[in-house]
Amino acid sequence: MNDIQYIAGYALIVIGMGFDVLGCVGLIRLPDAYNRLHATTKCITLGTCAILFGTFILKGFCVTGAKAIICAVFILAISNVVGHALARSAHKSGVKLCEKSAIDKYKEDGN
Amino acid sequence: MKPRLILFVFMFIIWMFLGWNINTHNVIAGLLVAGVITLVMGNLFASTPHYFGHGTKYLWFLWYVPVFAWECLKANIDVGRRILSPSLPINPGIIKVRTTIKSDIGLTILANSVTLTPGTLCVDMDIEKGFLYIHCIDVGSYDMDKYALGIVDKFERILKKIFY
Repeated sequence: MNDIQYIAGYALIVIGMGFDVLGCVGLIRLPDAYNRLHATTKCITLGTCAILFGTFILKGFCVTGAKAIICAVFILAISNVVGHALARSAHKSGVKLCEKSAIDKYKEDGN
Repeated sequence: MKPRLILFVFMFIIWMFLGWNINTHNVIAGLLVAGVITLVMGNLFASTPHYFGHGTKYLWFLWYVPVFAWECLKANIDVGRRILSPSLPINPGIIKVRTTIKSDIGLTILANSVTLTPGTLCVDMDIEKGFLYIHCIDVGSYDMDKYALGIVDKFERILKKIFY
């Protein structure tokens, strides 16, 4: 394994962990359910995917690297469906937006 | 028959990626698993098989990936800054955005891209009128009369080339 591969892989993993920590901070600090979902989707895109790509760079084209890539693709395909379903069901079951919210077009349109 | 064949080949490639070494056991198991999945799923995966033959669509998709990654990176840094700043400068709200994409798969990819970008979260969509309801962490750049959001336009322009 050469140095560039090593440094790039570990740099991506450290960046990913940093963004995952930011996502957790957001999960605690942000006010309502919808804003907290933003924090979780944020975790996924740059946090977890960066960790998985870092693993791929470190391991190269082998069993582990290929699985990391497939994991990243599946997480990208599925996590947003979960976020969408949670937000829609929260709104349908009457979870209010926080007081800071500017507009709610979804409620105005009678949903 | 053609949609099933595409699904079969796709599943077999994924199986070979997961197993990674090409030997007899792996290939036979992969053929079996791909065959069972094809029998169960039928033509749900590829409902419009003739689109898989269009070469330019793949090129547009290859262009879509870096555009999406760049938007994602910018939005990540923006949301991270908002979370870390002590005054928590958020201005959330659910907004209505017009889209001109008609096909199901195109709308799905558009909504998923919007949800994956931090700071915007697709709550619901009105397929007949072509509206997306998006929860934004900051509704400042939203134009109330035009029903337009910059990030959706950027994705939509490329996705209209791929899907219709």
